[in-house]
Amino acid sequence: MTLATFFVQCLNSMQYGLLLFLVASGLTLVFGIMGIVNLAHGSFYMIGAYLAYSLTALTGNLFVALALGLVLSLIFGYLLEWVFFSFLYERDHLQQVLMTYGLILVIEELRSILIGDDVHGVAVPAFLAGSIAIGNDMLYPVYRLFVSAACVVLALALYWLIRKTRVGMKIRAGASNREMAQSLGIDIGLLYRVVFSLGFGLAVMSGMLFAPVSTVYPGMGAQMLIVCFLVVVIGGIGSITGAFVAALLIGFVDTFGKVLWQEGAGIAIYLLMAVILLVRPAGLLGERAMR
Amino acid sequence: MTFFTRRRAWSASSWTLFLLALAAAPAMLDGGFELELLSKVMIMSIFAASLQLLVGCTGLVSLGHAAFFGVGAYATALVVPQAGAANLVATLAFAGGVSMLFAVVIGLLVLRTRGIYFIMVTLAFAQMLYYVVHDGKGFGGSDGTYLYFKPVVGMFGKTWVDLADGRAFYWAVLAVLVFTLGVLRVVMRSRFGHALAGIRHNEQRMTASGYPVFLYKLASFAIGGALAGIAGSLYAFQYGFVNPELFSWHQSGNVLLMVILGGPGFGGAIAGALVFVLLSDWLSELTKHWQLIFGLLIIVSVAMLPLGLTGGVAACHATIERLCARRRGVPAKTVPKEERAL
Amino acid sequence: MTLARSESTSLRACNLTRRFGGLTAVNDVSLDVDVGTIHSVIGTNGAGKSTLINLLCGELTPTSGDVMLNDASIGGWSQQRRARAGVGRTYQRNNVFAPLSVMENCRLAAQARMPRAWHLHEAARRCVASNELAAAALEHTGLTHCAMRIAGTLSHGQKRQLEIAMCLAGEPAILLLDEPLAGMGPEETARMLELLQSLRAEHAILLVEHDMDAVFAVSDLVTVMVDGAVIASGTSDEIRANRAVQSAYLGTADVE
Repeated sequence: MTLATFFVQCLNSMQYGLLLFLVASGLTLVFGIMGIVNLAHGSFYMIGAYLAYSLTALTGNLFVALALGLVLSLIFGYLLEWVFFSFLYERDHLQQVLMTYGLILVIEELRSILIGDDVHGVAVPAFLAGSIAIGNDMLYPVYRLFVSAACVVLALALYWLIRKTRVGMKIRAGASNREMAQSLGIDIGLLYRVVFSLGFGLAVMSGMLFAPVSTVYPGMGAQMLIVCFLVVVIGGIGSITGAFVAALLIGFVDTFGKVLWQEGAGIAIYLLMAVILLVRPAGLLGERAMR
Repeated sequence: MTFFTRRRAWSASSWTLFLLALAAAPAMLDGGFELELLSKVMIMSIFAASLQLLVGCTGLVSLGHAAFFGVGAYATALVVPQAGAANLVATLAFAGGVSMLFAVVIGLLVLRTRGIYFIMVTLAFAQMLYYVVHDGKGFGGSDGTYLYFKPVVGMFGKTWVDLADGRAFYWAVLAVLVFTLGVLRVVMRSRFGHALAGIRHNEQRMTASGYPVFLYKLASFAIGGALAGIAGSLYAFQYGFVNPELFSWHQSGNVLLMVILGGPGFGGAIAGALVFVLLSDWLSELTKHWQLIFGLLIIVSVAMLPLGLTGGVAACHATIERLCARRRGVPAKTVPKEERAL
Repeated sequence: MTLARSESTSLRACNLTRRFGGLTAVNDVSLDVDVGTIHSVIGTNGAGKSTLINLLCGELTPTSGDVMLNDASIGGWSQQRRARAGVGRTYQRNNVFAPLSVMENCRLAAQARMPRAWHLHEAARRCVASNELAAAALEHTGLTHCAMRIAGTLSHGQKRQLEIAMCLAGEPAILLLDEPLAGMGPEETARMLELLQSLRAEHAILLVEHDMDAVFAVSDLVTVMVDGAVIASGTSDEIRANRAVQSAYLGTADVE
């Protein structure tokens, strides 16, 4: 492997890791704060990707599509929480698992009816369509760098929101003690709706951003969900920092695993999970007690 | 008749009727297709009952049980002779054994977690096996592998029954179902089974009393895995091919659905399997997009029937008993759970 | 390692310390519990008493220090192993198998210490040994009349008795009792104290409690903990007269 190739794979790893972090943090936020295990989170990512495809086809411009998609996702997330997820709070995890499994079937089938089952590509706007030269013989797509930058911006925004704003404070209060937060006057219902929209929005936006890089295909939701689970398990549940570390770790292991061990074809990250289970079952940064 | 013996008699007679009806089915149905469907119901019942051991009896909610179903199916496909029939009992034992081995190895890792973590890692391991058979060499890739002959029942090279006949195969599956239920019933009534129930109700207390809880969970996981492998093996024989979709999370999700919607007990698992197979078969005939209706049905049923089908029936039964007892002015009997039959 | 109850048995805490991040819940605590004695541990809320029991029975590992059982170090033993060696405990909050019958609760506890508890083929109901042990434990705690009731339907006082019964069904040599009198009325308290007196001869009992009258009535030894550390240890009379204990815990008004 030449130095240039190595560098390119590092860029790919970081990009994939950042993407995973954004999607997984949505999942872990919803679980950590609202106690809901949402199997349909991967489907939200898929919704984002197909949204990017159809909105770009409609408007002809990816950025307009992104902006539109952001607005739509926040509205739709709010509605979805109100209509469906608010009924999941009182239920045990098993029921949540099954109900969100049903939701996956509904979402997948709706997509099949409305858009179809074809595989699509999404066009990048012209000014981002070029490549940068790395070393003597490698070209790296500019769009991928853009996506990484966008992920970093979103991650920082998330950090700022949770740590530095009043909304974030309320979120953290609701996470540690729901009844107490309620008795302090925090409207838990509204807060949960906001958190859910946030999680939903993160997944959908990630799907939209990454759509031009990967192809848009029916099984992508399931694929993303399982890798998100790996991020949460390896990083430790409820820990955003853990999700960050784990996401990057998985990004590197997966990318280099596929390059260096072609026969292994993607099971490298599962082996990583097996190792973590062996030495630190609670995850790298997880608390020992679990819900 | 006391309350207990009346309940036990009711339960015993309904089981007997059910199994007799299954045995008599080939005589009453003339279509090969319907027989195949019922056979599928029985295979899925074995699969669901094996998961019920984990979920309902030990409290281990696995979203990756398809892993062992798939292992059993693939082990069968890879071990049967290319020309000529395989020995049913030997193959089932082999498939069950290989699945049990996988269950022990995976169990040693996943049982270190609990709750939602456990759900996630079991799903992940099933997915890992999916990739192994999908992308690995020698498994037939995404198309899978074929089995060309139905097995035979026999010993020492002599064939007693050739299962190429649809009815004979059906009765063989029924025999395996009865065997599975028998094994599960004996296990659940044993000291081991009672300990599993204790673990499900209060794991902390079991540890404090001195039980090596991890080993019990591992044993339960292993037995469940073995039985799932046997179900997978029968599936491979029935349809004549295996493919990576047997490991898919749809398969894991569906069997979990059968268990939860069917309700508690192994009877619940069978009820769930019956409803699931018949419903999905019927719905898929109606429309190409039947999964939409199915998904909505799942959501509604889980929301409305937290106890599942048999649980709902038992609750109705208990309410009626209580009302009758009140009418007669007699205090309703309390029923310790372990006294209830399967 | 199993213990016959007639052997002289002792459980010893040796400089046990347990920290949770910045908080030191148990600070260099040493005490002995011997067969034939009731050793009580009293202290304010948050003094570390429950943590101490958790350390002794193995539910928590100490940050430093050791636990000795009959001069053998068991600090590295798991909770299950200690339980099988004869260290039994009850919980401060009722921790029974609520959906099962009272009899089955005790039978399960008894089954744990049988040599072939994992048997797959023999019906549990016919297991003579565990049934007998369970029945004996129920009789000892006066719960025989509700043997077939569902544990979740018992009154609070009966559940506390069931806690003890389950502990006894495992035939422990050492009893670590975490506030067994919690929430009990005077009649039930008197019954429980009678039970403890009857158990004293053949067991080593560590009693964590808040009820001062009860503690001074039954204890052979009393240890007082404040903020995780032992501030005094001795007989009931010595403790009652101890100035430090009076000011920290009992109040400075004249006692007796």
